[in-house]
Amino acid sequence: MIQMKNVYKKYPNGIVALNGLNVEIAQGEFVYIVGPSGAGKTTFIKMMYREERPSSGQMLIDGTDIAKLKSRKVPLLRRNIGVVFQDFKLLPRLNVYENVAFALEVIEEKPKAIKERVMEVLDMVGLKHKAKMFPRELSGGEQQRVSIARSIVNTPKVMIADEPTGNLDPETAWDIMNLFEQINSKGTTIIMATHNRDIVNKLRHRVIAIEGGLIVRDAAGGDYGYED
Amino acid sequence: MKIRTFGRHIKESLKSLGRNGWMTFASVSAVTVTLLLVGVFVMIMMNLNKVADDLENDVEIKVFVSLDADEEAIEQLEEEITDLAGVESADFSTKEEELTDLVLDFGEELSLFEQSNPLFDVFYVKAVEPQQTETVAKEIETLEYIENVEYGEGKIEKLFDFLNAGRNVGLILILSLLFTAMFLISNTIRITIVARRTEIEIMKLVGATNWFVRIPFILEGMWLGILGSILPIGLIVVLYQRVTEFAQPRLSGELFQLLEFSPFIYQVSALILAMGIFIGIWGSFMSIRKFLRV
Repeated sequence: MIQMKNVYKKYPNGIVALNGLNVEIAQGEFVYIVGPSGAGKTTFIKMMYREERPSSGQMLIDGTDIAKLKSRKVPLLRRNIGVVFQDFKLLPRLNVYENVAFALEVIEEKPKAIKERVMEVLDMVGLKHKAKMFPRELSGGEQQRVSIARSIVNTPKVMIADEPTGNLDPETAWDIMNLFEQINSKGTTIIMATHNRDIVNKLRHRVIAIEGGLIVRDAAGGDYGYED
Repeated sequence: MKIRTFGRHIKESLKSLGRNGWMTFASVSAVTVTLLLVGVFVMIMMNLNKVADDLENDVEIKVFVSLDADEEAIEQLEEEITDLAGVESADFSTKEEELTDLVLDFGEELSLFEQSNPLFDVFYVKAVEPQQTETVAKEIETLEYIENVEYGEGKIEKLFDFLNAGRNVGLILILSLLFTAMFLISNTIRITIVARRTEIEIMKLVGATNWFVRIPFILEGMWLGILGSILPIGLIVVLYQRVTEFAQPRLSGELFQLLEFSPFIYQVSALILAMGIFIGIWGSFMSIRKFLRV
């Protein structure tokens, strides 16, 4: 479903982030992306939703090279991809419900459908009772759950997470991982960049290790494998 | 786009105006000053044009008929003048009629001249095009039984030179003012955009189209333009009302008139509003462009 062919990325400042990368990820997979800081993990992830474009090579999703996608088609691509960040990126002046609904409003969903769907995902992440609260009134874990709810509210095929547990304590991190497992079990592909050795080693999935812009290891059910 | 979405955009743009209170105030003031100057300038220019037109249309050639022309010669002369290319009309006025006019204009003392009228019989000639006046006058001079030919040589040309110079200076002034106002609006919008960066980022991540992101900012620019045109329109309407009230009775019967209050002032108001909207929308358009390249 996701396929990278010789993806090479050089930033205008001369840094080569990806150096001819080849990878294939099937629908429904759960993939960890690991590697030291500056290895190219974030660039790798940004390629998937066309935040960045390859300098050369192909970035295929369902057979379409999204690097060549016209910019007015990019929004349609992104409606099929949910993104979760380390810093949650919630809108502080909107409450929990509004933050999640926002993702549907901007794609002009019908109000009735929005309400049903938002309550459904809030229930799933266990925050239905906090729908009226604002982000600042929530704990870090709760905020991350809101951002996960937002990312899956329009039922994307792929969920991309960049260090989703980076700002959370170990226990809360596990709550989030349980949620990811649950989402993955429903068929959503999950691609997660992480530094969390504990999670990668205990919750075994495919591990792709990136170093110097290249894949140095790609193992199904592999371990974290770094000493950092 | 759906109507529901448009309602959302309008709400967003209005909220943003309030949130950026001081910047809103600054750019609205800039637009106000600009449009007020533009409005006053347009008002003056249009009226000067009108005055020039009136004066121009009033230009006539005064042809003095020599004393040795008899009735027959005068008739022939009239025919010759009206046959000239570019002549619209030639009105004959006897020296008696001329004196009566003088007496009316300058008073009874002049009726002394009724005993021996020193004036000439006169033809008042009008050219079809005011610009042809000079050529026509020169041709009439070559005819027989002509004592003298007079027309307002040089005066009209000077008025037009003056008007053109005024127009050019004014245009430059207005263009630079419009530019300043546009710059201020685009800065205000930029600050709004920076304040809402995360929001835009999320919008784009969850698949909002560029137009969806752009429209609230464009609307905000439009509001700035509209708000900025309210005061200028109000002031100009009141000002012109005063001007026409003052000038109309004093100018009645003169060669030139000012433009009527209606519809002129409504046209100027519409122009001011249109310009406000234009600089508002254009200003915000310029500043969003950079932020949308994600």
